[in-house]
Amino acid sequence: MAAVPLLLLLRAGGSCRRHRRLLTASSSSSCSAGGGRAAERGERPDSAGLGFSPPAHSHNDWIGPPDKHSNLRPVIFYVPPEESPLERRLREARQEAQACNQRFWARHNCAFRQEKEEFIYSRLKAKGLEMRDEKGQKATLNAEEMADFYKDFLSKNFRKHMQYNRDWYKRNFTITFLMGQVALARALRWLRWKKKNVER
Amino acid sequence: MSAARPPRALAGLFVWRLKGAGTRHIPCPFLHLYRAANDRLITFQYFNFLKRMYVTQHNRDLSQRAKPKSDPVVSPFHELQQLDQEKKVIHKISPVSPAHQPWPETSGRHELREVKSPAETEATAVRAEPREDRQWKEMKLRLDELPGILARLSKIKLTALVVSTASAGFAMAPVPFDLPCFLLASLGTGLASCAANSINQFFEVPFDSNMNRTKNRPLVRGQISPLLAVCFAASCGVPGIALLTLGVNPLTGALGAFNIFLYTCCYTPMKRMSIANTWVGAVVGAIPPVMGWTAATGTLDAGALLLGGILYSWQFPHFNALSWGLREDYSRGGYCMMSVTHPGLCRRVALRHCLALIGLSAVAPVLDITTWTFPIISLPINLYISYLGFRFYRDADRSSSRKLFFCSLWHLPMLLLVMFTCKKSALEKEDKGDLLGKGESHGRAVEIRLP
Repeated sequence: MAAVPLLLLLRAGGSCRRHRRLLTASSSSSCSAGGGRAAERGERPDSAGLGFSPPAHSHNDWIGPPDKHSNLRPVIFYVPPEESPLERRLREARQEAQACNQRFWARHNCAFRQEKEEFIYSRLKAKGLEMRDEKGQKATLNAEEMADFYKDFLSKNFRKHMQYNRDWYKRNFTITFLMGQVALARALRWLRWKKKNVER
Repeated sequence: MSAARPPRALAGLFVWRLKGAGTRHIPCPFLHLYRAANDRLITFQYFNFLKRMYVTQHNRDLSQRAKPKSDPVVSPFHELQQLDQEKKVIHKISPVSPAHQPWPETSGRHELREVKSPAETEATAVRAEPREDRQWKEMKLRLDELPGILARLSKIKLTALVVSTASAGFAMAPVPFDLPCFLLASLGTGLASCAANSINQFFEVPFDSNMNRTKNRPLVRGQISPLLAVCFAASCGVPGIALLTLGVNPLTGALGAFNIFLYTCCYTPMKRMSIANTWVGAVVGAIPPVMGWTAATGTLDAGALLLGGILYSWQFPHFNALSWGLREDYSRGGYCMMSVTHPGLCRRVALRHCLALIGLSAVAPVLDITTWTFPIISLPINLYISYLGFRFYRDADRSSSRKLFFCSLWHLPMLLLVMFTCKKSALEKEDKGDLLGKGESHGRAVEIRLP
């Protein structure tokens, strides 16, 4: 009798677990530094897994719809044919940050959903109710009953969030600083090119 | 948010004081705000004096639920979706039918819809947005979209509200009204607020992505690069503070700079570290009227602190009531809020500060800012919000938190309006001074009244 709700629970967590296996396994909860993939010149390395290919003539990055699990929007980065080392560092930093964020939030959101289901199940069981009522609709707990779960979940994940925050701030600053350097380099290049044209 | 539509709060944003006639124009923004409170197009942001944007939109649904994005095609995640389709799940993104969410708790009047964009609540926008959301977009900055993007980046409606509290502070200062100074102070405050809000969004991209209200922000959607956001913030903040320091007075400039620092470097990181962020955020919200006052008078006196105190106390019933319905999102997002970790404290503090508002209103005439009619006229609204605060404290449920929140939305503009109309005129004070001094003749007093 109890096997039925248990089965449902397993199936609930199943998709999240499957997803987690697909992601690159990383034991630590914070973002570990992973090497960016060496991109082929003129190709977009990440588009394969995302089901979308930007048009060939486009020279810009492309951003997609929010991911199912992490709610983050994936970006397919454009690799220009004459990518300078600085530009490459920037692109790799962004790819790394994207992968890291995706890992963290997908895992975190899945864990939340799963633990929430488990909590609801255990509470309903304690009350003597089934997961689904006579009409087949899922039984729920009200906000006040869920409050215990929210408090618990937040305190359990506090350290994980602290680590992630530090990581995220560092990455964000690095990427923005690199963007500034790249923009400056491009501006100087353009000025030099303009000067050369004017001289001619 | 359409760039074409100007924020309502900017309309009629000025206060006149006609010396000769002795008449007073009721500040228009407060009427607008009051009217707008009843308009369901207004977003919560409109009334948020805090620069905190992780609260939900004013769409009569203050709760958020974590849910996987629904697939248009039946997928292996089908089971998970089925299990998640609880009765209380609000978001059902379906381009075919309009968003219809059964919400057993509320009455039939409150037809709830998940609002996708911060500004548009019309049905077409709700239906169109999810479709757009599914597409891949080129990350190219389009100049025609730039004003709208920057408006959303700087949270322009919230900025307008901050500017109106600063102008309330300016208006309440017991000095003759100086229009150029007023305009400079408002502009400087507005620029400083834009800068602070932009930096806040720059810091919070992954967290904003995970919360429904904030997921349509420009940085989250990739409409603008982080570099551009920071440059925009710098190009607003530096001139803004410079304007305040050089064009108004150094004290106001210092307060503005301090507020930007407090908001971006203290409040924003603290949201994820400790519940003390609420108190810091309340100070952030209290500083703009103080800035308005110091812009007018040049000194930080008791009146400024009282106005700041009123805004500070107001933040608590407002925010704590709102956060009550967002506990799930805060918990998942990793935000440390009283409503999640210390629910009893959350309600106690809200009630405490509702009562403090009564006390602070009574102090105003003592400090010669208003006449004694102010605490008397404001008593009904202060008592009402305190009553709702008490109900929230006792019942601790969704309906009482919502009632308290919606009350706070109209309570503050009303309070400031009443305060302004009860402002002790300089003429009265001069007469009082004359009377006490016993030195001047009645004729002298008449001379002063002439324009």
